[in-house]
Amino acid sequence: MTNGWVDIKNTDLMLIMGGNPAENHPCGFKWALEAKRNRNAKMLVVDPRFTRTASVADLFCQIRAGADIAFLGGLIRYAIENNRIAKDYLLHYTNAAFLVKESFKLPEDGVFSGFDAKTQSYDKSSWNYSPGDASGKALHEPHAAAPAHPAPGAPPPPPPSMPEKVAYDFALHNPNCVFQLLRKHYSRYTPEMVARITGIPQAEFLKAAELFTSIRKDGDMKKVATIIYAVGWTHHSFGTQIIRTAAILQLLLGNVGRAGGGVNALRGHSNIQGATDMAGIFDVLPGYLKVPTPADGSFAGWMKRLTPKPAKPGQWDSFNYWSNTPKFAVSFLKALYGDAATKQNDWAYDFLPKVDRNFSWVHLWDNMYNGIVKGLFAFGMNGVAIGPDSSKNIDALKKADWLVVGEIYPDETSEFWKAPGISLEEMKKIQTTVYRLPCAGFAEKDGSFTNSARWLQWKNAALPVPFGCRLDQAILAQLFLKVRDLYKKEGGKFPDPILKLSWNYTDPANPALSEVLKEINGKALADLEDPKTKQQIKTGQQLPGFAWLKDDGATACGNWIYSGSFTEAGNLTMRRGTEDPSGLGIYPNWAWSWPANRRVLYNRASCDLDGKPWDPSRRQVWWSEAAQKWAGNDVPDFKADSAPKDHMGPFIMNPEGVGRIFAPLAAFADGPLPEFYEPMESPIDNPLHPLQTHSPVVKRFKTPADKYGSPKDGYAVVCTTYRLAEHYHYWTKNNPVNVQLVPEPFVEIPVELAGDLGLRGGEKVKVTSARGEYIAKALVTRRIKPMLIDGRKTYQIGVPIHWGYRGIAEDAGKTARTLANLLSPTIIDPNAHTPEFKGFLVKVERV
Amino acid sequence: MHPTRRDFLKVGTIGGLAASVLGFDLAPAYAQLRTLKIARATETRSTCPYCSVSCGVLIYTIGDKAKNVTPQVIHVEGDPDHPINRGTLCPKGASLEQDILNERRLTKPQVRRPGSDHWEDITWDDALNEIAQRVKKTRDATFIEKDAAGHSVNRLESIAWTGGCTDTNEFNYLVVKAMRSLGVVHLENQARV
Amino acid sequence: MSQATLRIRKMSGHAGPVPGAGTQRELQVCKLIDVTTCIGCKACEVACLEWNALPYRETLFENTYQTMPETAWNFWNLIKFNEYERPDGSLMWLMRKDQCMHCAEPGCLAACPADAAIVQYANGVVDFQQDHCIGCGYCVSGCPFNIPKFNSSTKKVFKCTFCSDRVSEGLEPACIKACPSGCLHFGTKDDMKELAAQRASQLREHFGFPNAGVYDPPGVGGTGVIYVLHDASNPEQYGGLPKNPAIPWVVKLWKGPVKWLGNLAIAGGIIAVTLHYLRYGAKIVKEDNRAEGGQP
Repeated sequence: MTNGWVDIKNTDLMLIMGGNPAENHPCGFKWALEAKRNRNAKMLVVDPRFTRTASVADLFCQIRAGADIAFLGGLIRYAIENNRIAKDYLLHYTNAAFLVKESFKLPEDGVFSGFDAKTQSYDKSSWNYSPGDASGKALHEPHAAAPAHPAPGAPPPPPPSMPEKVAYDFALHNPNCVFQLLRKHYSRYTPEMVARITGIPQAEFLKAAELFTSIRKDGDMKKVATIIYAVGWTHHSFGTQIIRTAAILQLLLGNVGRAGGGVNALRGHSNIQGATDMAGIFDVLPGYLKVPTPADGSFAGWMKRLTPKPAKPGQWDSFNYWSNTPKFAVSFLKALYGDAATKQNDWAYDFLPKVDRNFSWVHLWDNMYNGIVKGLFAFGMNGVAIGPDSSKNIDALKKADWLVVGEIYPDETSEFWKAPGISLEEMKKIQTTVYRLPCAGFAEKDGSFTNSARWLQWKNAALPVPFGCRLDQAILAQLFLKVRDLYKKEGGKFPDPILKLSWNYTDPANPALSEVLKEINGKALADLEDPKTKQQIKTGQQLPGFAWLKDDGATACGNWIYSGSFTEAGNLTMRRGTEDPSGLGIYPNWAWSWPANRRVLYNRASCDLDGKPWDPSRRQVWWSEAAQKWAGNDVPDFKADSAPKDHMGPFIMNPEGVGRIFAPLAAFADGPLPEFYEPMESPIDNPLHPLQTHSPVVKRFKTPADKYGSPKDGYAVVCTTYRLAEHYHYWTKNNPVNVQLVPEPFVEIPVELAGDLGLRGGEKVKVTSARGEYIAKALVTRRIKPMLIDGRKTYQIGVPIHWGYRGIAEDAGKTARTLANLLSPTIIDPNAHTPEFKGFLVKVERV
Repeated sequence: MHPTRRDFLKVGTIGGLAASVLGFDLAPAYAQLRTLKIARATETRSTCPYCSVSCGVLIYTIGDKAKNVTPQVIHVEGDPDHPINRGTLCPKGASLEQDILNERRLTKPQVRRPGSDHWEDITWDDALNEIAQRVKKTRDATFIEKDAAGHSVNRLESIAWTGGCTDTNEFNYLVVKAMRSLGVVHLENQARV
Repeated sequence: MSQATLRIRKMSGHAGPVPGAGTQRELQVCKLIDVTTCIGCKACEVACLEWNALPYRETLFENTYQTMPETAWNFWNLIKFNEYERPDGSLMWLMRKDQCMHCAEPGCLAACPADAAIVQYANGVVDFQQDHCIGCGYCVSGCPFNIPKFNSSTKKVFKCTFCSDRVSEGLEPACIKACPSGCLHFGTKDDMKELAAQRASQLREHFGFPNAGVYDPPGVGGTGVIYVLHDASNPEQYGGLPKNPAIPWVVKLWKGPVKWLGNLAIAGGIIAVTLHYLRYGAKIVKEDNRAEGGQP
């Protein structure tokens, strides 16, 4: 989240879309209701189903699953057409005025400029700003020579970069300025088009557009709107671009950085924010450092690629915080390899694995299916149930040599070899060795979780692990030490990174997590002094924050964004101060928030150009003329002494210093502006460009298990998967209380579709996709209505995911032993690589 | 099944009024207020393991942390000081007691051997030794030092780690350290999906 | 006399004055349920089960999100779900927490013949004392809200206790504490009435519900559980909330004109017991029983 849970109470208007927080985040959702109660705030909910969230909305629109970009693009068009935009904010805090290269082409035919159909990818060199002179006028660009075929083995040409001085038109008239491109791009998203794609009738859409943009009526900047989403937006083959569209809308209306505003990813599970921050995913290292590639060649090459230079109108200033990347990277390698990481050996850069392909979740299972992945550790991660395409994942595990599952309950993954449908004969042929290790539950472990508001909160262990179980960190540590011993004794392939990894915990076989957090926070490896304040940090002391990190080996830090969480003052994630002097729900002394204990990101944008809050009743930060510094109720997310007249941009992590409406160059794989594409399995051709229905860069997987359906094959009903308030993923099927609340799986079916099928509530229904079938009882409801999609009557159904073949009801034979993800397709978003769990096609039959 | 009229007379008169006639002071028994079950239990502050709101929870365990006590959970409720949940919990958080104390918990290491149709018990030592040997064997057989173009890549594509959503930051960090040092690139988490 | 007894205001089936009547000044406690912000998450259902350690009860899928059709002897707090289509075609999904209403004039208590099996404390909480319950089930027919539920194996009747164990220690009821949406509120009856009235007027003025209002039915003397409804003129649409609940006439009869019949039965009981005493003598507690108890 750019903002936080309690902050939602400050809003005047909520668009909740791609999320169902009443159901999935009930305790955070109270702050949305608090805004309604205390500020008469309005709530607009857009969802394929009339959900529990919709039940308390002021306006609900039923949308076809996956049509979100069309709806949001329609809102952008409406805001521009009706002049409900934040003019000053747009001009000074976004790249609206920047000029884009003339060779850039909008996707009127479905593809942006630079598309290569053979590789299904883009040459993004035209997705760039024009270089400008001092007055902002575009400089004449020499025509780039046609790319010659490089000699084999030659280093690849350097990727194009942004111009240091960007051409601009502050009048926003130039047809190549970002604002005009935006206007032109979304001019096609008329209410008629929105209705054709989304199924939301024009009148309903116009009501929603009027409501959402009403906060900028007559250019008034006092009111704020927030956008709240979750996996309903990420689970698509264009998920990242849905979120981009929302971000653009929020920039256009001047809602980012402000109390009660922002673009708020609710995220899903307890510590997936922390897992992302800590790089539990293949493509980053802790603190969002992109992994090195083989082509980087050296530490310097890696840093050159990762460290941006400012790109902005000449007279503006840009903090460009990622310019500090080498400090973060060196400190990280010092934390990992200690004395074995030196300037002479390139900070042990060689020890890091180099990544040049996609090794993300669905690829992992595909690579296992294809015999590349031979051993899998699954610690609290039930890959068979999670899918997509559970039967492909089961088949993949059959081909693996070994599987190690760490769990607290018996799960589908550890018992893939006895999944329903596998005969005893077949079981004998499955050669996979499976270890199942009993782990500790949450109450038995300490450590910190990071919530979706970026708060790191320490939890205490309440009771010992049950007899026979072990702490996860003890299992990992003992295993690592055993592997290291084997390499010590026997030697083997490239043992150095294993032998030299720093593992200096008081009890190496069971590291105390507080010691680990200290290492993550970082410490001084030499005496340090701040040249300005003369503040000193002695060797061995904990660092007060990431501003102290060095690129010369004088500091070690496991994750720069968590630096400041465990200082000489102690473990700040344990803080429990309940004071909130501003009344804005900032709680500055509760736990610790990354970065630098800031609660609302980009909060400089909550002030006008002079540094005064847009709304004096919601004062977050402000420029103090007396102190010549930024001050505030929150920690300013800005260079503290940069005076407003210097015109430093508030979006300090972008080299431009401003928010990106147009995202240049390699930022996204599928386009610098979001375009609506149909889900991989869609009931219609894309009304915007029927010849380019799907995202041109989305690729299908190619094993025999990867099957995709279309209306031609009889798959014509749109299916979406989701979660219920009563259950948590695949855990609570082991908890009698939750089983009591919702005892068995069901499929939500519109009354009209049930009528067509002669189906009554409680009777069994079979849902079939190209991958598999799912049989459960029907919940016949008026909460999903048939829709008119591109003139055609279209049904949607919903499948909650919480069941499998191991659980209380499953084991008792009281329910179907089946997985919802037998239905979902192996299709992923090209940016975030998240699977398309929502908006695929099925058939529905009465059993 | 409803009680018979005879039951009513028996219970109502003999059980109740008889005693009063005999001079016992029944007054204290008119209303036996139930005692507060958590009155002297140990209270530990923790964080709910379910969604990303991260509600504060209070876990109540038997005993006062005296040496001769093995704590066991008796109740879980919301932490009223927590700024976000302010003591509230959802139906999943409110049922955490039965997540902690649950007869379905796994409590011993097990192995399923190739071709087998059942689990066998295995000691922790044997399990970890076998796994460590498999890791080394797999790594040594498949480690990639250079790619086709001759660039150093030092990666291991044959072993994958998938981490769960309740892994703490510290555990995730240890996973990154251990797995990246082996060269693991298939490193994924619930965070992706 | 114990504090608990002093706090009793009314008592079922009791001859003579109630021990605590008029001796204690205590605030009237009240639960406010704002159904317009209820999200039907069932946290209150679970909090109730957990606090009261109620056992697992098998449920069936019945084409609804609702956990079971009605409350049960071991399930005292149930959200009722209703899909309701408004005249303009728009849908409402109404959710209402159903539980004991803790009436000021409780029909259950009026109907109950067993001495102190049902008590009303000075703070308004109506509580069942299963030790005294004779399992006659009269309370079930005395309740206009269909709340008391009979356990056929133990022959006792159960319902929401208002978490009297928590409330007597100064805590809020478990359901109130858990409610994540904030649609549940706990406080004094006066404060809850005020809060409810404010919310109803906000709904009328800012959110387009001209009939929004408060449900605090006078037919049972007002209740210790009050609702804010989007449409107070039609409480039945919220899973059968009665429009004008009242104590059934039979119960009124039983407690009014024909009360002497009951008294006669009690007198009969006394006579029977006296005869019993004269015939068999007093029951003597043996001295060594204490030693067996093992307490020093």
